[in-house]
Amino acid sequence: MTEHRFLVLIAVCAVALLAGGWLLPSWSFVINVAIAKAIAVLGLVLLMRAGLVSFGQALFYCIGGYTAGVLATNYKISEALIVVPLAGFLAGVVGFLLGFLMRRYRDIFFAMLSLAFSMILFGVLVKSADFGGTDGFNITAPTLFGMRITGQARFFGYAFAVVLLALSVIAAWRFTRTPIGMIADAIRENEIRVEYLGVSATRSIHVLYTLAALLAGIGGALNALTVGHVDPEMAFWTTSGEFVVIAVLGGAASLVTPIAAALILEVIRTFAYQYAPNAWQLVLGVVTLALIVFLPTGFAGLLRRRREVSNRSAADAVN
Amino acid sequence: MSGFLGFLIDGAMYAAWLFLIAVGLTLIFGVMGILNMAHGSFYAFGAYTAAMAVGVWLGTGRAPLVSYLVLIVAGIVAGVVLGALVDRGLLRFLRGREPTALLLVTYALFLILEDVIKLIWGVDPYVVSEPYALLGSFSIGPLSYPNYTLIIVLAAVLSGLALTWFLQFTRKGKMLRAVIHDAEMSQSVGIDVDRWFFITFVTGTVLACLAGALVAPTISVVPGMGVEVIVLMFAVVVIGGLGSIPGAAVGALLVGFVRSAAVHYWPEAELFSIYGVMALILVVRPKGLFAAPEPRKI
Repeated sequence: MTEHRFLVLIAVCAVALLAGGWLLPSWSFVINVAIAKAIAVLGLVLLMRAGLVSFGQALFYCIGGYTAGVLATNYKISEALIVVPLAGFLAGVVGFLLGFLMRRYRDIFFAMLSLAFSMILFGVLVKSADFGGTDGFNITAPTLFGMRITGQARFFGYAFAVVLLALSVIAAWRFTRTPIGMIADAIRENEIRVEYLGVSATRSIHVLYTLAALLAGIGGALNALTVGHVDPEMAFWTTSGEFVVIAVLGGAASLVTPIAAALILEVIRTFAYQYAPNAWQLVLGVVTLALIVFLPTGFAGLLRRRREVSNRSAADAVN
Repeated sequence: MSGFLGFLIDGAMYAAWLFLIAVGLTLIFGVMGILNMAHGSFYAFGAYTAAMAVGVWLGTGRAPLVSYLVLIVAGIVAGVVLGALVDRGLLRFLRGREPTALLLVTYALFLILEDVIKLIWGVDPYVVSEPYALLGSFSIGPLSYPNYTLIIVLAAVLSGLALTWFLQFTRKGKMLRAVIHDAEMSQSVGIDVDRWFFITFVTGTVLACLAGALVAPTISVVPGMGVEVIVLMFAVVVIGGLGSIPGAAVGALLVGFVRSAAVHYWPEAELFSIYGVMALILVVRPKGLFAAPEPRKI
């Protein structure tokens, strides 16, 4: 896909999301939460392109959320334009530091070490009286350009989230066009050959990990500001697991389909909680299983396969 | 002094419980290369089955002492049924997939089982404490412990010894070790690898269900109990080295005593100390304490 077409696609999607939020204000909260998750998943997808499955993105999601919470509650800084980048930056710094360790690990050991780090944070937060223990704490409503986002102004908060998502996708897409971004596929296929070619796989993984941490931090901060509450559950391993499921459903080959997966899942979940609260995970599990067994590349693979078929028939027609 | 004694006994008992569940997890990984995220759900499944069976048994008013037998049989039956179902119905078709894909498969299985448990047994807690109270208690100095906890310690020691004996000293065990070492090569010399995978998975599931069954009388069996157990088990097996049975024992003892120490001397650190140790071990020895070095493959 050319850059021009990609930007048009993102712009159309963003406008559609904005229109949706404008027409259905009661759904804007659900979509807002989905957007927060989608940004975190975006980072995970970048990692998964290199064949690394992190079961610990919740660590950075939680760091982002608590940073936003502490800034708003303790320092009275609730301007979203300051809080969100700062939270992302902090998560990115933590990710950069942990990256020196994480980049040495692969496969299951990468998954397990990332899980251990997120569970350490969970263990600390659960017992910390300052942060409200297992209950967490509430956050005052944020401001945007100095305007308080409550009541009628909620739409501007929603628009901010949509713009943030669009910018994140464009940034992630741009990144996949850089040499380090492009080498990710090669690392997944065969890391040693990549090293033979003179490229450092470890350093590329370090960059990917830091970037994923930054995006998860932004997602976490956005989630905290939207919900108005943070608790240690944000760092629990099931949060990371949810990100992984979304990424698998969307397929790591594309950047847009995981976002669609996050949105669709959140909407379905809202209905499922109402009508079948005890069968929601069952359905999710069956769908995930079916995708891994029958369609290992996710929905993105489905799109690509159709495109390949149509290209082939076009080529046949020419011949 | 009694504080220190308490720390030792609590640590040992907690370690026994950890080992009983973790040994199945490490066995399945060692043989099949699957890090089973649904293992905690297997444990919960066993606990529910046993709690229900004992409840029914006691409800009929028959000899309460037999309830121990009911407990164990319920755990084993639950494990055999569940293990056979999952392996024949699902994992059989996914042999040879890469470890991360299998990790996701078992995660999906975990999601499914969590809800299946809720759909079968509802969301209300099950409490069957009769077998727990029936055996009385013993005391060491000023501390008193229920005799029932000794059953869990006994079960952990027995399962560890039995597996080690089987693997190291029997003909069949030698075959299984060959499968662990190189499945393809074993197949070529006439070992039915698929059958061994099946047996291993069922055995691992039975161990998890049995652990759940034995623990059921000591806790209230609630939805989500598998969610907390599975991350703990990851800590245990990763510390010891995935696939190693002595490793699982050392991991269980380490986690058991670390948690016990935290509970007795620094309660705030109870949770993060366990994962702190896990991260520390992984940092120093990336493949755990007991894992054999692996050559890099091109």
